[in-house]
Amino acid sequence: MKKYLAFIPFFLFVVTVHLLTSWTDTLYYLTQMTMSAYYCLLIIGLCVVMGYAGQISLGHAGFFAIGGYISAALTTSNLIEYRDLPLVRLLDSMGMLMTGQDIYGDTLIVITPWMACLAAVILAILLAYLIGIPALKLKGHYLAMATLGFGIIIYRIVLATPYFGEADGIAEVPAFVLFGDISVSGDFSSRVSNYYIAWILLTLGMVLLINLIDSRVGRALRAIHGAEDAADSMGVDTTAYKLNVFVLSAVFAALAGVFMTHYNGSIGPSEAGVMKSVRYVAIVAVGGMAHLWGALIMGITLNFLSLRGVFGTYDDAVFGVILIFIMLFAPNGLLRINFRHVATQLLFFRRAGKKEA
Amino acid sequence: MALLELDSVHKRFGGLKAVNDVSFAVEEKSIKAVIGPNGAGKTTLFNLIAGSLPSTSGSIVFNGQELNRRKPYQIAGLGIARTFQNIKMFNGMTALENVMVGRHVQSRAGFISSMFRLPRTWQEEKDIYTKAMGLLDFLEIGEYANMEATSLSFGQQRAVELARALALEPTLLLLDEPAAGLNIYETAEVGRLITKIRDLGITVLLVEHDMSLVMDISDEIVVLSFGEKIAEGLPVDIQNNSEVIKVYLGE
Amino acid sequence: MTAELFIQYIFAGITYGAIYAIVAIGFNIIYNTTGIINFAQGEFVMLGGMISISLLEYMALPLAIVAAVLITMVIGALIEVVFIRWLERPSVLRMIIITIGISILIREVALHIWGESVRSLPYFIGDEITSVAILGARISPQVFWVLGTCTVMVLLLGLFFQATSIGREMRACAANRTAAILCGIDTKNMVTFSFVLSAALGALAGCVMSPITYSQYNIGTGLAIKGFTVAILGGLGSSGGAIIAGLLLGIIEAFSVSVLPLSFQEAVSIAILLLILFIRPHGLFGSKDAAGLKDF
Repeated sequence: MKKYLAFIPFFLFVVTVHLLTSWTDTLYYLTQMTMSAYYCLLIIGLCVVMGYAGQISLGHAGFFAIGGYISAALTTSNLIEYRDLPLVRLLDSMGMLMTGQDIYGDTLIVITPWMACLAAVILAILLAYLIGIPALKLKGHYLAMATLGFGIIIYRIVLATPYFGEADGIAEVPAFVLFGDISVSGDFSSRVSNYYIAWILLTLGMVLLINLIDSRVGRALRAIHGAEDAADSMGVDTTAYKLNVFVLSAVFAALAGVFMTHYNGSIGPSEAGVMKSVRYVAIVAVGGMAHLWGALIMGITLNFLSLRGVFGTYDDAVFGVILIFIMLFAPNGLLRINFRHVATQLLFFRRAGKKEA
Repeated sequence: MALLELDSVHKRFGGLKAVNDVSFAVEEKSIKAVIGPNGAGKTTLFNLIAGSLPSTSGSIVFNGQELNRRKPYQIAGLGIARTFQNIKMFNGMTALENVMVGRHVQSRAGFISSMFRLPRTWQEEKDIYTKAMGLLDFLEIGEYANMEATSLSFGQQRAVELARALALEPTLLLLDEPAAGLNIYETAEVGRLITKIRDLGITVLLVEHDMSLVMDISDEIVVLSFGEKIAEGLPVDIQNNSEVIKVYLGE
Repeated sequence: MTAELFIQYIFAGITYGAIYAIVAIGFNIIYNTTGIINFAQGEFVMLGGMISISLLEYMALPLAIVAAVLITMVIGALIEVVFIRWLERPSVLRMIIITIGISILIREVALHIWGESVRSLPYFIGDEITSVAILGARISPQVFWVLGTCTVMVLLLGLFFQATSIGREMRACAANRTAAILCGIDTKNMVTFSFVLSAALGALAGCVMSPITYSQYNIGTGLAIKGFTVAILGGLGSSGGAIIAGLLLGIIEAFSVSVLPLSFQEAVSIAILLLILFIRPHGLFGSKDAAGLKDF
């Protein structure tokens, strides 16, 4: 039970932020907090890939974009012209379609967010396997290059395809009704409820991953990171584990994209950019690689600052600097930084002491 | 039929014949040692059996199953556990967790059941914990269970590695120089442990440098030199084999 | 497809292919001495082009190119000395992240200096409509500048590795680092030198290609990924393989334009990368056993 204790301060923090913003009449901060929580959903997934399986993905923005774009496209493309097609009828009879109205009052027939979400996740899984199988079969870090390439492809595709809105992206994405009156949407009136929805989803993700790390599968993953050949000879199918954890993280990223898009009501190509992927990697690195809570804390902090525009035009540069700084001086993360060690290094230009595996 | 049978096994690295036409068998519930001077191909032979390297030709049959072309994790799944010459602990994991990894092939939980903590997984976790703890106690290092494995002394790390291999509940245990880097007292202790393991019904195949240990505990010995088998037999016979003496002491 | 168009595509393909080959050779030089993939490799190409364009205001074209190459070499040396030299046995994961960070840093600095505008060097001879007729196809003389420069670079590089002592020391370092140290070779300096060398290659390639392909602050990533594809395709570490693979990729890419929209050109080479990783991870010419021993 000890491992769940950290959730107590976590809940206190979430509630405190709400109360503070509500007393000081700055509820608008909750919008960025909500978005940060969704980004964190992706980041904790990536954290397991990087920190526990020792692989690096430079394409997670691509999976996020798949989540966002697929759900945005499916829930906004009007099927009214096609309503007599057998396929559309079939979908309708299975309850996969819903009707709505666009801003001009015309009737829309679109796929429900649940179905769109499912489609997005399935596509993310398929693509993750498609990249992961060749790249992870090999020893070493081919996944880094393969995912970098994947990210670029996704970016190019959404930028060049009219169906995905090209440079404008897709707007007017409807609310995602989870159940009853609870829905993910950017409506001002539901700002507080959406804040809690996002954080509950993030909590759920955290619980699942914490469970995973402290289990047979988690131990196998950490063993792979610790000494791959020894893990192999203990019966761990290292390739399959690396592959599955990569796919799992792709699912987290896709879900983050789905929820974020319904929350924002839109998605644009910048979400698919390579710099976004690098940013996620930087955040996991600052958080301490194999450290879910570290990734979460850094994810919230840095995303919040970035969304508030604190870094200005240096937004991307900041994450580049963070990346280099952390890897040079604190490969174990900012929370576990050894300041004395860093100081001696900087002052005397001494060699970094400990050797690595 | 013997538990493990090597038939005319070859391993070539380019022009180098690291293992050349080696055949021998390991009987069930025995301790067999592979000895030989440095560079004789002992560790290569081990890696061939464990699947870390593919053999160039020949066959290695374990319990009626051909091992060649199988991956190390599949071979582990068949019931062959190994240790490494230069101990390989899992960095960043405690001694206990290291041993718990050893239970991998004996447990089932996958991604989904691990994430959702299904009741079956809960029970399995408890099982893994108990078995791993039991093994640490069996090897008399239970008190270090929650220390980071890499922070332990060399001898203790060897014991953890042994516990990890045993956790797999192997039929065949491959030990790569279990006494390397240990003093004579620790070596004697390792010898005692290995016989204790054999008495549990586990077949042991070891590669070793330390003659006193090998002569003490082995039921049978194979001698390799330059990748070829030059002798095989009981410890007494090997001690008196002129070829072996020549290889070890020179002409 | 007419014969002229066919020739046109072939020339476009080998022009780009030569550039990819140079980037791949840059990867290989650093990979051979350090065992790491320098994700900032494409940035050297970008820097070469951008710096020479800026310097052109103050000096003649040949001088501007020489100066740009020299400046990029200094940057390459600085990168190694400041970020890499003092790390004792860093893990591959750490090195990847550091070089990614470096590439972002360079790109962001470039963005702040030069902005998002697309620039280019003037054509070395004539202008964009000057052309030479070959078998009916019209080829820009700049194409021959690119091909000539790349050929000369490859030849000089080969000479350098065969005939000079520092080149031989670098090869020794690549073959076996520990043994090289034991023979008294200063491997640390060899690593610095390998960064300088691949910076020089990248920068010069960046200059000669600039009139045709244009330079912008963000061209590095795309070049890096194609260079990497070529390096893998040719067998990581092999320069001869990189040349053949580079030309191959360039030609495939050029012809893909006749089938697919231009914006998917990049996707084609990345799909090829995945395909190679799938079927021949050791490259077209590399040996499977040797590839199994590689760290990256």
